[in-house]
Amino acid sequence: MSTGRVNWFGRGWLAAGYVFLYIPIFLLIVLSFNQSRQDVIWTGFTLNWYRELLVDKEIIDGFILSLKIAFLTGLLSVVLGTFAAFTLVKYSRFFGRTAFVGMVNAPLVMPEVIIGLSLLLLMVSLQNTETFSWISRGMFTILIGHALVGMAYATVVVQSRLQEMDRSIEEAAMDLGCRPRQVFFLVTLPNITQALMSAFLLTFTLSLDDVVISQLLSGPGSSTMPIVIFSRARLGLDPRVNAVATLTILVVTIGVIASSIYLARLERRRQKEMSAAFSADAA
Amino acid sequence: MRKLITRLIPRDPGRSFVIGVPYLWLILFFLVPFLIVLKISMSEMQVGVPPFKPLFGWADDFLSVRIYLGNLFSLFDVANDNLYAVTYLSSLKYAAFTTLLCLFIGFPFAYFLARSRPTIRPVLMMLVMLPFWTSFLLRVYAWKGILANHGVLNNLMIWLGVIDEPVRMLHTPFSLMIGMVYGYLPFMVLPLYANLVKLDVRFLEAAADLGATPWKAFWLITVPLSKSGIVAGSMLVFIPCVGEFVIPDLLGGPETLMIGRVLWDELFSNNDWPRAAAVAVVTILLIIVPLAIFNKYQAEQQGGGRT
Repeated sequence: MSTGRVNWFGRGWLAAGYVFLYIPIFLLIVLSFNQSRQDVIWTGFTLNWYRELLVDKEIIDGFILSLKIAFLTGLLSVVLGTFAAFTLVKYSRFFGRTAFVGMVNAPLVMPEVIIGLSLLLLMVSLQNTETFSWISRGMFTILIGHALVGMAYATVVVQSRLQEMDRSIEEAAMDLGCRPRQVFFLVTLPNITQALMSAFLLTFTLSLDDVVISQLLSGPGSSTMPIVIFSRARLGLDPRVNAVATLTILVVTIGVIASSIYLARLERRRQKEMSAAFSADAA
Repeated sequence: MRKLITRLIPRDPGRSFVIGVPYLWLILFFLVPFLIVLKISMSEMQVGVPPFKPLFGWADDFLSVRIYLGNLFSLFDVANDNLYAVTYLSSLKYAAFTTLLCLFIGFPFAYFLARSRPTIRPVLMMLVMLPFWTSFLLRVYAWKGILANHGVLNNLMIWLGVIDEPVRMLHTPFSLMIGMVYGYLPFMVLPLYANLVKLDVRFLEAAADLGATPWKAFWLITVPLSKSGIVAGSMLVFIPCVGEFVIPDLLGGPETLMIGRVLWDELFSNNDWPRAAAVAVVTILLIIVPLAIFNKYQAEQQGGGRT
């Protein structure tokens, strides 16, 4: 669309929208430094809640568990998502393709409650058989649930990158005698690295944030951080949760800014290399 | 024989591997669990472990299949217990209202975002994305502090003299709607922005040259051209809203029935697994309908050539 011609009404609307989006975040940050335990009235500055957070074993354990699950979810989702994206982009004919497409995309629209419920019922059914009675609900069942959803998101991200990628460079590599595996590792993979990284970040964040699937698939002693926060949030405001929120916001803000700078730089370098390659070609 | 063997051994092992791994994963953790849900939704409840009766029995060399449709039928037995019918309707209602409100707030937002100066656009976009990356749970939870009886909004209004006593806002349809619109607004803004930013401004200039008022040009050009963005954004808001659980649980009240919460209660409070499974099956059917319409719309768009 056009260059900056936003009138006062437009500016006002944008401002109001951003206020709406940021008021809750701002409030959490302010409240995390507030002395009062229950009220939202400012009674004085304190770092007390951060100090309490350091000895809050429930939250710390939950955080470590969440990080582990999120990291593994990211890896698993990216691997499965890349496979699925390749399948969708490269193989137009195989047995049950329609079913495959449906199943890949379904977790994107399926309510989390239902995904969690169906996996929970699977785990319980398996537990009731003799062969699989060793299965217990905990970190790995949560991981499966998260990776099922994460894979769907990763597939979308990787698929769109594969579709816009210039296929002629893969063909060129094959003409020059590369084996399919070499083409993949030497040509395709470097070209989709950025998409893989975005997919990892996205699924990592989704996993770190998820409460519904985690709650349904968790067992005793495997409470992720969102589960702990959710159970406290149900009871009302908790200053330690505000402190967690502030730290999360801090990390996310730094992460988003840093990664957008990094990605912009990567893109610029790629463009430069491309144009250098083409000009060398022309010369 | 030889033909059979050559057919069984894949010619391209890499291809089978690439297709096979995600396929197997989806069958194991998506298809099979769904079939189990379907199975349990048709079994009778019993007290014990597992809390439902088996569907298939094997006795005296007879395979017996007991399909119990009571769970599914009871959901629509309005004369006896209309909780489920009412809950489905109210879930759809809240999801529809959320979608409309998101569209009402989000369309102008995305429109002005798309018309802002290109130099500040990345920053503005990042500001939309930033809350999106921050924990959904924590952001919803923050509204509790704003809307509570002794929360920020009540205190502010009392201080301003608008009201004398705190108004009950938390755990009402109002707080639920605020939370839902807040949570899903970025899902509306992003596809709309992606669509509007590509809109060729020369169309609007042509309309102005031909004497259309900006308002008329907006309705006759901008809105029809951004139709696919409107549809995509609405779908992205409506579908997850129908099954939303966290927001109704934290901000909703006893009168704001939503299907996700009812399902959760059946599972954890009543331990009625067949009933929960039946609720899930019907919910999936409810979601498939708008999705099918959306897919058909998209197919038509791509098939009929883009305008």
